[in-house]
This record gives sequence, C-alpha cells and structure tokens, in this order.
Amino acid sequence: MTQETLARTTQTPSALQPILEVRHITKRFPGVLALDDVSVEFLPGQVHAVVGENGAGKSTLMKIMAGAYVPDSGEILLQGERVTFSHPQEALQKGISIIYQEFNLLPERTVAQNIFLGREPSRFGVIDIGKMNENARVLLKEIGVEQFISPTAVVSSLSVAEQQLVEIAKAISFNAKVLIMDEPTAALTSTEVQLLHDLIQRLTSRGLAVIFISHRLVEVFDIAHVITVLKDGKFVKTVNTQDVTTADVVYLMVGRTLDHYFPPLGSPEDFGEVVLRVKNASNHILKNINFTLRKGEVVGIAGLQGSGRTELAQALFGVVPFKTGEIELRGKPIDIRNPSQAIKNGLGFVTEDRKSEGLLPKQPIRDNMLLTVRAIQNIFGVINKNGIRKAPNLVPNLGKQVDVKTDSFDREVQFLSGGNQQKVVLSRWLASDAEVFIFDEPTRGIDVEAKASIHDMIRDLTRQGKAVLMISSELPEVIGMSDRILVMYEGQIAGELPAKSSENEIMLMATGNKPGDVAAAGKE
Amino acid sequence: MTTSTFTSSAGASRILRSVWAAIKKIPPVYPLFFAIFISIGFLGQSYQTMPGILNFLRRAAPLAILAIGEMLVLATGGFDLSIGSIVTLVVLGSSKLLNNDPANAIPSILIMLGFGVLIGLINGTVVSYLKVPSFIATLGMLLLVKGGALYWVGGAPQGYLTDNWRFFGREYIENVPILGRFPVALLILIVIAAFSWFIFHRTNFGKQVLAIGDNVRASQLSGVRVRLVRTMAFVLSAVFAVIGGVLIGGYGGVNVTIGEGLEMQSIAACVVGGVMLTGGRGNVMNVVFGAFTMEAMFNLLNLLGLPKPYKDAVQGLIIIAAVAYIALSTRRKR
Repeated sequence: MTQETLARTTQTPSALQPILEVRHITKRFPGVLALDDVSVEFLPGQVHAVVGENGAGKSTLMKIMAGAYVPDSGEILLQGERVTFSHPQEALQKGISIIYQEFNLLPERTVAQNIFLGREPSRFGVIDIGKMNENARVLLKEIGVEQFISPTAVVSSLSVAEQQLVEIAKAISFNAKVLIMDEPTAALTSTEVQLLHDLIQRLTSRGLAVIFISHRLVEVFDIAHVITVLKDGKFVKTVNTQDVTTADVVYLMVGRTLDHYFPPLGSPEDFGEVVLRVKNASNHILKNINFTLRKGEVVGIAGLQGSGRTELAQALFGVVPFKTGEIELRGKPIDIRNPSQAIKNGLGFVTEDRKSEGLLPKQPIRDNMLLTVRAIQNIFGVINKNGIRKAPNLVPNLGKQVDVKTDSFDREVQFLSGGNQQKVVLSRWLASDAEVFIFDEPTRGIDVEAKASIHDMIRDLTRQGKAVLMISSELPEVIGMSDRILVMYEGQIAGELPAKSSENEIMLMATGNKPGDVAAAGKE
Repeated sequence: MTTSTFTSSAGASRILRSVWAAIKKIPPVYPLFFAIFISIGFLGQSYQTMPGILNFLRRAAPLAILAIGEMLVLATGGFDLSIGSIVTLVVLGSSKLLNNDPANAIPSILIMLGFGVLIGLINGTVVSYLKVPSFIATLGMLLLVKGGALYWVGGAPQGYLTDNWRFFGREYIENVPILGRFPVALLILIVIAAFSWFIFHRTNFGKQVLAIGDNVRASQLSGVRVRLVRTMAFVLSAVFAVIGGVLIGGYGGVNVTIGEGLEMQSIAACVVGGVMLTGGRGNVMNVVFGAFTMEAMFNLLNLLGLPKPYKDAVQGLIIIAAVAYIALSTRRKR
C-alpha cells in the first residue's frame, strides 16, 4: 500500500473503497471556469447529494462523470481504476447511469421497448417481443415497482413519476454501479417523492451508489447519507448528513464576500404610490401570486432555478399570461395578453437570455436601440436614423446615457462585448416610456465593470420615479440592490424579506423552509 | 533616403489599403453582374446597343419584381414558394376572364391583384397563426394555386391575352430622350423597386421585417407585432408576383407551365443579391441586380449554346453554394 492511499484511508471514516472517484477535475467553458480542481469520492451503498447555488458546477460535474463532457484536466477512477469516457455510452457500459431532468424516453413506445432500446432480445433475427416484455417485468419487479407499471404500457400514458421509474429501470438494466440523478424530485408530488425515496433506499441497500443533485435541502436531509457542497465551481466540503444542520449547509453554499459595492439603497421616503399590484394571480406554473410594487423601489426576486421567477416576469409581460387573478397598474385593472399590450401599458422587460431573447445580432446598434419605440409606432411610419420624431437624437443620447463603447452606432450588435450588448438591450427599454421595469438576470455573464454600471443605471431609474422588479440568481446582487426581497419557491411567493436580509435567510426560504424557521435562522 | 522611401511606401500602402477596404464594401453582385454582362456583350452584338440593353432589362424586369417580393419574405426568415404558381394563375386566369374582349383587361388585372392579396393573407395566416413552417405552407399553396388555376380554365389555356392586357409587358414608351424606346415593364420595375426600397429601408415596417428575421423571439418581446408584419410580407410578395405575372404574360405565350420554377429563380436571385436564407438581411437594389445577374447568366448559357436543363442546374449550384457559404461562415464564427 502506498503512502498516498494510506493517507486517504485514514482520512475517510468509512473503511469502504470508493466505487467512483473524481480527482482534480477542471472544466472550462468559453468565458467561465465551470469546475476548478474538484475532487470527490463516492462510496457504494450511499446516497450522496451534491448541492450548491445555481452555477456552482453541479450539473457539469454530473455530466463529466456520465461521459457527456470531457474534463480539461483531472481523472475519473471507477473502482480504483482510471477511466476516460469519450461518449455517454462508454460510461453506461462501465456501469454509470445518469437520469436527466428531461427524460430520454420515446413517448410513443412501450415501457419494455424503451428499456431495451437498441439491445432488444432477438430470435431468428427478429425482436422477441415476449422475451423483451418478460425481461422488463423481471426488472420492474427487481426494483419493486411491477405493481405500478406494465411492460406493455405506452410511455406517454404514464405519469411523470412513472416515467421516472421507467428511466430508473432502464438505468439499472445496464448493471449500473452508480446511478446519477439530476433533480429527480423536481416534478413529483409528495407521495411520489416518498415512493422514489423508498426505491433509492432499496437500490443503495444492494450496494449501488446513488448521486443526486437537488435544490430541496429538506429532501437532501431526508435521504442523503453524505452531502458535498460546491460553490462557484470549487469543492467546498463533504459532510456526513448526521453531523450538520440545514443552516450549516446553507452557509457552506453561500458564504462568500461581495465582489463589488452596490449603489445605496432607496430610503422609505423615496418610495411613492403603488404602481403595480398583483392579486391572486395564477397560471399553470404560478400559484396565487400577490405583491405590490411602489414607485422608486427595487424589489428583488430570489429563488432557485425552476422556482417560477422567470415565469412570473413572463406572466406580467404577457408572454405566458396569468389565467386568473388581477393586475392593477396605477390603481386601474389591466389585462395584458401579449408583450405589445404590456409595452403600451408602460412595462419594460429586460430578458434573461440576451442572445436568444434580447438582441438582433445582425442589426446595427441603432436599430436595436430603437426596436421597441418603433414597434409601438405606426408600422408605416418613416424612420429617423437617430431616433423618433419626438426625440430625434435618441440614439446618441442613449449611447451616452448607458455608455456603449463603440466607434459607430452602425456596428452590428453581434460584434460588441457582452456588457455592451446588455447596455444596448437596456437602452431599448430606457427609450420606451416604461414606468415599471422588469429585469431578469440583468448582469449574467458580463464583466464586473459593466455589472457595476448596470447596477447604477437600475438605481437611477428608481430615482426618476420608476419601479423596478429585479430577478437574480446571484444572492449578493439581490441583497445589494433590493429594497425588499420576494423569495419564490415552487411557483409561489414563499415570503417577503426586508432589505439587507442575509443569504442564509433567503436560501432557507428558497429551499422550502417555513418563514418561521427562516426568522429563527436570521436571529442566530 | 531609406527613411523617405520607407514612409512613401507606407503612405502608398495606406492608400491602397483604404481603396481595398472601399472595394471590399461593394456587394459582390455588382462585379459579378458586370462581368457576365460584358461577356454576353462580346458574344451577342445586340447587347452592345442601347435598345439591346433596354430589351435585356425588360426581360429581366419580371424576375426582379418577383425577387423583391421574395426578399421581403426571406428577410423575415421565411420562404414563399407560391409565387411561381401565382404567375401561372395570372396568365391562365386572365385569358379566361378576358373572354377575348379588350374591355375586360383592367377588371381582370384588378381581380388578379385581389387574388394576390387573398393568397398572401392565407399564406401569412397559416404561417403566423397555425404555426406551419412557411416552407411547407407555401409549398402547399404552390400546388393549390397551380391546381386551382388549371381546374378553373379546364386544364388548358382558354382564349388569348388581348393586346391592351399585354401593354405592360410588351409595349414601349416612344421617343424618350437619349434612350429612345423605353420599355413599360422596366418603368414598372423602377416604380416597384423605388416603392420597395422606401418601405424596406425607410419605414418601421422594413426595420421590423429585418428584426423578425434576425431574432423573432426578441422582436416579439420588444413589442413587434410579429404576425402582422409577417402577413404583410406575404401579401406584398403575392401582389408583386401578380404584377410580375402580368409582365410575363405580356410578352410570353399563354401556356400552363409559364410560372414554373420562378420561385426558385427568385430565391436564387435573392441569394446572389446577398439575402440570407436565415433572415435578417436584405437590400432591394442588390436583389434587383441579383435578378439581372440571373437573367444575364441564362442569356450567357443560351449564347454558349447550352440546352435549357443547364439553366436549372446552374440555379441549383448557386443556391447550394450560397447556403454552404453561409453555413461555413457561421461555423467559423463559433
């Protein structure tokens, strides 16, 4: 036994040999270091949760272990042996199965056909359907779900939970030693979650290692033996669940310093009348949304991915409208069925994904800036190169206001940097006479300097009496910018927190803890 | 001594570089057109005279008008494959409506324009509201219009086109200073091109067409009425196809295949004129010259004595080469 292994064995409390291990994994994507020297061990028979904020690198790590990504450096050891995967199929053959949030099932095929897709048992060169169904039945019985699912059922007729069981059966059928699950319970009801937990227990008792990503800390504490925390692509710590509290894990997830100073928050006397009031509004994702927004304030919306933040913005803006409930603007009920109506009512929406939802990449800066003001004018109106009739020098003025760095407004937007692109998108909305601004991830993927100037611009808006709703995954940004914070969880507003609340309080609320627990944690 | 040579050569190279930069900005369609046109001038003596040039432009005018309409749809990121069939409908339908009576000429043209508006509205509605991809929707319209036109006239052309109906495509304005006889068809092209240039490059409509073609989702989220703009593009394309059809019928014979393949020729003309098939780019003048280039190329193939199938093959090559070029250049960017 070498010294190194000796050292490791003494470190690990369990005497078990890890079934899967990653060492010094680094993965870089254009513009972002997704994983930075991450090393983790996974033991057989354990449920190992990997947690972290959005963008911590959880999914990237899972995809590397499953062979979907190739790491830039570092190694993967399966049962102590070094392995490299150039394709997910290779990982699968070696016993590492992954189940993504989006299932990979063929909806119009049967359960058995899906499980044995591409390796159907055959006799005389034709598929032996009877044998295939029988094998599927044995497999379903093995994982204890044969009473729920028939091998001959068509997948599209199954519920989401049942489809997930099919995915698990399929994964097991490859003689999986390691089963990776990405947010397995995101779409399940509580009874279904219990069913899944039972199944996971049975699988681990057979020596399988289950690795799962979850945003629900409550659930992580329910089933995981071990928790690994990642933050900003770095390994933070691996802890035994019994040794820690939820608050400890949250601290590990978010504990960090702010990377720049934010403009000063508004003071209560600056806040004016209520401009936007949403009452009992719901649609297929959002449930019972109630909140108000006053002139001069920035209300931050926090929540994990999939909690309904973007959907809330889209509902307000008429992209996917509310089905029930009321929206009042300046005290008058309004009905917004599409973005065009939202704009005419004085709403502005700076979208999350600049590339797919914001920019016209091949059009010049000027036309990008003027898109919205032109869209609400007469369609046959003659254009003015630099603005509109009421504001003939809009383009140069906006350029100065948002400080776009370019030699000419005729330059196509695709050739600008991310920060400058975001400023162009922002200026489009400054040009429209919006009263209420919705920002969805206003500073994602842009450099620190541009970030600071966008934060200043958002604060400037409120000084001009505008109201701002700001969605962000970056907690420092939410805390640094918001006069009030709404936290979303599972399509609802889980609660409201005052300005300068801590990251712990927000994360607790965002991971499904009750407001009472949050208050208790805040006092600690 | 050495220093001064150095500076003067540096100065010369700077001038050369700025000249080269200016040359690089010229759309490739212009040198291409003039190269082909000059070569046909060597092969066919008539292309060296003013009447010969005007005659060439008259023949190219209908394709240019069709291509402008096609460009409006391509710039939104869609396709309009129905325009060739619309030309067939115009020629066959008019021959029936005219009923050999010159008094029916104007009414029949107005009815055809009405059909154009209707076809464009249906194309736009199917694409915008039913969310059928425009390639498929207008392919269906191609068959529907062609089949409908043939059914209407009973499978074969009825009667002939009266001389006053043919005026636009066939006649000349006499005694124009310097130019001599000026084709009416060319005048119509100039009017249509000027109108299109104005709406495409100088109105909100044109900017929104490009916006949709560039990023439909972003446009919608910025308040652009995507369905309205898209439908208008289809209506204009169909109406321009009717006008093109009147010109084509004006000097051609009445036959059931008269419009066949014109949609492909128009798309090729657009591609040569720098329109991207993925949408978001277009220029009326360049497309007009794209159509002239196509016509010049067909003439060149004729003068070289190559049979008609070469015409189709060349078109196919142009489209494939252009699309491949775009695909390669976007891949390089990634």
